[in-house]
Amino acid sequence: MRYAETGFNLEIDLSRGNIERVETDPRLTELHLGGLGTNAKILWDRVPPEIDPFSPDNLLIFSAGLLGGTAATGANRTIISTISPQTLFMAFSMMGGFFAPELKYAGYDKIIFRGKSSSLVYIWIHNDKVEIRDASHLHGKGAVETAELIRKELNEPKAQVAAIGLAGENQVYMASIEHSRSSASRLGVGAVMGSKGLKAVAVRGTKDVTVARPAEFIALCNEVLKFIPDRDSHPVPGVMPILAGLGSPKEMAVHDEKWHTENFSWGNSRVRRKGFWTKEIEEKWTESMEKVRTRLISCYNCPMKCGAIISVPGISTYMMKCFSKLTYTMAAFVDDLDFGFKIAQRATEYGLDGYSTPQVMAFGFELREAGILSDEDFAGCPSDNAERFYWLLDRIVRREGIGDVLAKGTHWAAQEIGKGAEAFAHNNIRKHEQLPLKLAMLNPIYFLMYCTGEKANITQIEGNFPQAAFPTMEARQDFIKDWIQVPDEKFKEYLLKWEPRGEFSIPYYPDIPATCDIVDWQEKMHYIDDALGLCSGLSAFPLKPPYHIHNLPKFISAASGMDIDESELTHITKRNRTLVRAVSVLRGLRRADEKPPEDHWKNRFPELEEQLLDAYYAFKGWNKDGVPTQESLHELKLDYVSEEFLRRGILTDTEGASSNETSAETDKN
Amino acid sequence: MAEKKKRIVKTIHIDVNKCNGCRACELICSAFHATPQYSSTNPARSRVRVMHDPLRDVYVPVYAGEYTKAECAGRDRYTIDGKEYDECGFCRASCPSRDLFKEPDSGLPLKCDMCESDPPLSEPMCVQWCGPHALTYAEREEEGEEEKLGDMEAGLASLADKYGLERILDALSRMSLSKKG
Repeated sequence: MRYAETGFNLEIDLSRGNIERVETDPRLTELHLGGLGTNAKILWDRVPPEIDPFSPDNLLIFSAGLLGGTAATGANRTIISTISPQTLFMAFSMMGGFFAPELKYAGYDKIIFRGKSSSLVYIWIHNDKVEIRDASHLHGKGAVETAELIRKELNEPKAQVAAIGLAGENQVYMASIEHSRSSASRLGVGAVMGSKGLKAVAVRGTKDVTVARPAEFIALCNEVLKFIPDRDSHPVPGVMPILAGLGSPKEMAVHDEKWHTENFSWGNSRVRRKGFWTKEIEEKWTESMEKVRTRLISCYNCPMKCGAIISVPGISTYMMKCFSKLTYTMAAFVDDLDFGFKIAQRATEYGLDGYSTPQVMAFGFELREAGILSDEDFAGCPSDNAERFYWLLDRIVRREGIGDVLAKGTHWAAQEIGKGAEAFAHNNIRKHEQLPLKLAMLNPIYFLMYCTGEKANITQIEGNFPQAAFPTMEARQDFIKDWIQVPDEKFKEYLLKWEPRGEFSIPYYPDIPATCDIVDWQEKMHYIDDALGLCSGLSAFPLKPPYHIHNLPKFISAASGMDIDESELTHITKRNRTLVRAVSVLRGLRRADEKPPEDHWKNRFPELEEQLLDAYYAFKGWNKDGVPTQESLHELKLDYVSEEFLRRGILTDTEGASSNETSAETDKN
Repeated sequence: MAEKKKRIVKTIHIDVNKCNGCRACELICSAFHATPQYSSTNPARSRVRVMHDPLRDVYVPVYAGEYTKAECAGRDRYTIDGKEYDECGFCRASCPSRDLFKEPDSGLPLKCDMCESDPPLSEPMCVQWCGPHALTYAEREEEGEEEKLGDMEAGLASLADKYGLERILDALSRMSLSKKG
């Protein structure tokens, strides 16, 4: 009997049309838990670095986490893993909603796709019955529309559907996979799905998900459920509103956008507009959102209302969450939030990453202004800020003219365009567009998180430690009073000592060892969530969340029957984190790739930055080039990774250090 | 044989405007009624289901009521304040017209029992687990007349329910004929 997990994966070969239900090895659950952990293991085993992201031999994995579908609040995430066409490293993109629990109820922990269908298809999973069905009639349909059409045609209103839009079909690098109010947006997972000729996956399950120690497990769930409203009615003072409570940033509930609109950059991550948030804008924007927001909604088994139904008169209804209401508006320099809601509807149906896509478009218009792209490239483009964004969005998704090049994202488009366009792709890490944030003073914690975050996405590594020092000792003492989530008391000391300015302020404080500790803790919590399928909005992302390192081992133990304590969970998490890195190291990831955008901070400290990286690499058990050492791999029972690194000359036997071939740049030439 | 009797009426108030569609009610209902208790989750076994269609802004938690052998002669579809609801979208019946409120393995009907347990719960679990408080619980005492059937009548009523009144009558006639015989 397997507990928490189903113990079965669904293997679907789209080239041959073969479907198999495969029992998984329980030993892998002990080593990796599930979700991202076991996804990384599968990619390591089965996708060698010679395989191109769009090759039929690349895998696309939809996974539930170990706790998905159990009574644990917020255990609803789907973890999608593949090789990214943008970074060429391992991609993992997560979405909330209802898909992963439904998959578990159908009897599967994962769906593993390989191959490539000769025509457009969708998959229909109804418990033990799995079909590959023709999707030619869905070609070009919107992602939300597709889900509706499939539910109707199957006569299964309760089926959960994950689908791509036209962007995924056309292998636009920023293509997302859309589902319900959620989307797996980052790193081009929708493009990989499109390359496989897979339009959608529909699933309906009516089987049980069981837990090993029910009474113990439900008591833990009840504790979390009780904690959430208590915590939410005590917002953390002194931080911006979206970070004061729980959940993913409550962009759909909050009207106050002073922080985003004045601190984040507009256009191609260029211009800060201090003083933008006037009374007049506030009233107008509040009215815009009130008008279109029909209802605040949640993912499966979660009381947080992070998403919303958006109904703009004249266009079809869609669902939205988080920051995408602002990304298009700000990138396009349109001071009208109505535009944000309208263009996001089109982008959602196309199935696009609302984080990268607006920046790619702004980048395109910058290149035109700089004369690097010609007027001919933009023949027929309207001049109005809003209209020209719609125009370019359509070109990119349809891959027409200049849109065909821009569809590859700022990095690869700049490479292809040349003529100095590279300098305009300025806001990338690992070739991937970042939040449009430009700040003054280097923050050592954020420096390490930006550099080493395996997903190249800051929200996927930051979280439990405050983003900035509290101004007064009183505020700090007040904050640490009920800070039960810290893995160790030393984190309270770090916070107490941290000042907004002076000797104990950034960039030199938190000092290097403290910075390593803080980054490691925050990252660890994300890797736990991603193995369990838990929403980081209740765990790794907010301050003082209901899930933390002290209760999570209890959840895992009671659900799965494995007895796992804090130190074992920390060890497993380190294994998963290292294995994700190992997949990318095999593909050339090295120290040279680990740098924030050059203009992210105005004041940089090259010497300190090198010291920070050196210290953090050593802390993590990696060599100076960021490659996990033989010794640390052995400790994590990942000797098979060492062997492969040695065989390929990535590590040498004598010193466990890297060979001459060090840089990712040389690797890829 | 009617007599006055006091009884407790248990009511779950459903505020559809507060429902966030998370279906925690379904999940905890299936866990509470699992054997052993809380050992499994499976919304298909739940005695409450959220009829929801986000694109039409329809969010209606519906509880499992009586089992019915035959579906209604016709169907209903409500439009309220311009919003169209699903066909039979408020109906509690476990009915042949749909797969709602039936055990997924056996097809046996499910019915909400207000989480009857010993000792009794303060509120049914779905109410306890409803984060946005779309579900709230109230009890009140009501005085009502209750038809009390005799033992034989109750037995006959259940036989009639099982075999149909006509077959019972046929059987009775045959029995009386053979006695006379």
